[in-house]
Amino acid sequence: MSQTDKILIKNGRVIDPANNVDEKADVLVAGGRIEQVGSIKEEAGKIIDAAGMLVVPGLIDLHVHFREPGDEEEETIASGSAAAVAGGFTSVVCMPNTDPAIDDQPSVEFVHRMGRQARKTFIYVMGAITKARQGVELAEMGLMARAGAVGFTDDGAGLQDTALMLRALKYASMFDVVIAQHCQDDSFGTAGVMNSGYNCTILGLPGIDPLIEEMMLWRDVQLVKRANVRYHAQHISTAGSVEIIAEAKKKGLPVTCEVTPHHLLLTDDAILDYDTNFKVNPPLRTAKDIEALKQAIKDGLVDALVTDHAPHLQSEKELEFLSAPFGIASLECALSLYVKALIEPGVVDWSGLISLLTCRPAGVIGIDKGTLSEGAQADITIIDPDAEYTIDRETFVSKGRNCPYHGWDVKGRVETTIVGGEIRFSRG
Amino acid sequence: MAKNSKLKWNRKHLLGIRDLSAGEIEFILDTAEGFAEISTRSIKKAPPLRGKVVVNMFFEDSTRTRLSFTLAASRLSADIIDFTKKASSVSTGETLIDTARNIEALGIDIVVIRHNAGGAPKLLSRNINACVINAGDGFNEHPTQALLDVYTIRQAKGSLKGLKIGIVGDIAHSRVARSDIWAMTKLGAEVTLIGPPTLMPSCVDRLPVNVCYKLDDVIERLDVINMLRIQFERMGKQQFPSIREYSHFFGLNVERMKRAKGDIIVMHPGPINRGLEIESEVADGKNSVILKQVSNGLAVRMAVLFLVNQAAMREAKSRKK
Repeated sequence: MSQTDKILIKNGRVIDPANNVDEKADVLVAGGRIEQVGSIKEEAGKIIDAAGMLVVPGLIDLHVHFREPGDEEEETIASGSAAAVAGGFTSVVCMPNTDPAIDDQPSVEFVHRMGRQARKTFIYVMGAITKARQGVELAEMGLMARAGAVGFTDDGAGLQDTALMLRALKYASMFDVVIAQHCQDDSFGTAGVMNSGYNCTILGLPGIDPLIEEMMLWRDVQLVKRANVRYHAQHISTAGSVEIIAEAKKKGLPVTCEVTPHHLLLTDDAILDYDTNFKVNPPLRTAKDIEALKQAIKDGLVDALVTDHAPHLQSEKELEFLSAPFGIASLECALSLYVKALIEPGVVDWSGLISLLTCRPAGVIGIDKGTLSEGAQADITIIDPDAEYTIDRETFVSKGRNCPYHGWDVKGRVETTIVGGEIRFSRG
Repeated sequence: MAKNSKLKWNRKHLLGIRDLSAGEIEFILDTAEGFAEISTRSIKKAPPLRGKVVVNMFFEDSTRTRLSFTLAASRLSADIIDFTKKASSVSTGETLIDTARNIEALGIDIVVIRHNAGGAPKLLSRNINACVINAGDGFNEHPTQALLDVYTIRQAKGSLKGLKIGIVGDIAHSRVARSDIWAMTKLGAEVTLIGPPTLMPSCVDRLPVNVCYKLDDVIERLDVINMLRIQFERMGKQQFPSIREYSHFFGLNVERMKRAKGDIIVMHPGPINRGLEIESEVADGKNSVILKQVSNGLAVRMAVLFLVNQAAMREAKSRKK
């Protein structure tokens, strides 16, 4: 290892929540690993002056849709990966609702391979719980786990059959994986396109009752009591879901949950003009739900912040609100959104925010990442906490332009992203 | 033509009633009164839309509304194109915007649109230059129906101020109910929604209305009763056990009418399910204004076509300057 391969990040504020570190320090990277954190005199081939910057473990997003295979016109693993590092994410977990679904060993290997070829961010995969995400037959979770799948979900839909869900939980318990659920009870009907409430009434659009999410989450918590396996509630959006999670955690059940930026920043008031960029599932809820989610984050009940980055073609988002697809693309501006939602109103401090984007999500999927411990893989994100800018979706490297935050003035921006000891993104 | 000449109509689109002021609604009604007279002439035609092209874009079945708009446009001497297509719920095929842009490329002035998706007319208005008139979108609004309803009430009762109006039936899936609620309450009426809880929209308590689950509790107090059609095609899952049971609690029959005020007017947006929400004797009885509603619809739609076109021409002129 020659000095020229080394990277020295000097004078930054190092925030490493897993190690209770929040101090001014230098970070030395060598051989793809964190060699040292502290006051470092050594020379290095590459020196990054991080004065005024935050130096944090590489960010982890447990919930992205990179659309490959099947919908490469919306996003590819390559374009999504480039967007990820531009957003400071050194690891992302791809959801299996592609076409065909990621529901067997070769398809898991395919996603991993495309991720390696893109050479941007680390790509992890959650496989489908059931074949083709049909909710009928179990997929080969064991073989997928052996190929590296970190968990399983039929995301995009909830697993309706209660007995099958229990079997999936029990079966998966013999592998070290997490079963994740997009909580949505279809027995209420599947026609809804926005939160059920006053706004859906005056807009004449079919509603999605908060109960649709809460009923399945509640059911799953009961099932988890019977199966010794980690369970993760994806993108929870309602005050009622927060109560169910709080209760489950109080009982000591292995239940975790995640929250998106849009469920922290936007309410269904945003839909009053039928702008389909605000059409997302679970739908945007109310100010009361936002308050409950923020309080849950404050109370430590939320384990991960995730984007649910869901790129769609502009031509599809130009359809009628009833017909347009659900989803928001936000990977590149996510950090700024979390700053707006959580730091600016004082819900959490920087250390609290970074833990929800690093060590805590790493714990949810059980990967050895999300820290700046000496010897750890060198995934590092450098953030300018004071940088102010206007979100411009036209500058995204993601193919997704369905970003409702276009034109927002925000603060806090990713400057450099180091993945496995290589600088994979550097602004300007 | 309008009594209140101070107010000007400035909208080139009529997308819904919710955004309109009471003054704007009255302005349309006053304008419609002027046009009603045309239908009594031996030569039923006036020239204000001569040389203008109106396209009826109907993505949902309709007989009376489309006929009414067609006739209204032809009375005003416009050329009319009919475009009928089943709306596609999937993203394949031509999108609404593409369809509209193509039709607009033919040179049209006013689009009358009916669509199964709430908000479709608004989407259209953002993407084309022609005037857009909403002829019913999903269960959002049906503004010309509400206008002809309040026109008919005003004709029968003089004014809506203080009137007690009942709207009976499937409120949740009714665009007529939504537009009626806005129009009637803006003009000063007290509206009561009557129907089973499963057919009430969410957060109904936040609408400016009363809610009642028993028609028998309020029938005696009503000045106007508007019986909505049970729309089986829109309701989705079963919202009440049977038609028989529904009729028993919410049907307007001869027995119930005996308890109503002598001068109550009975309305229905059509088409009627005879014997279901309303008995034939009542639908055809002396209190019924159902056919008047249809005739008045013509005058109201003439007024709307006339006014949006005028606003568009004003806008075009000011842009030239």
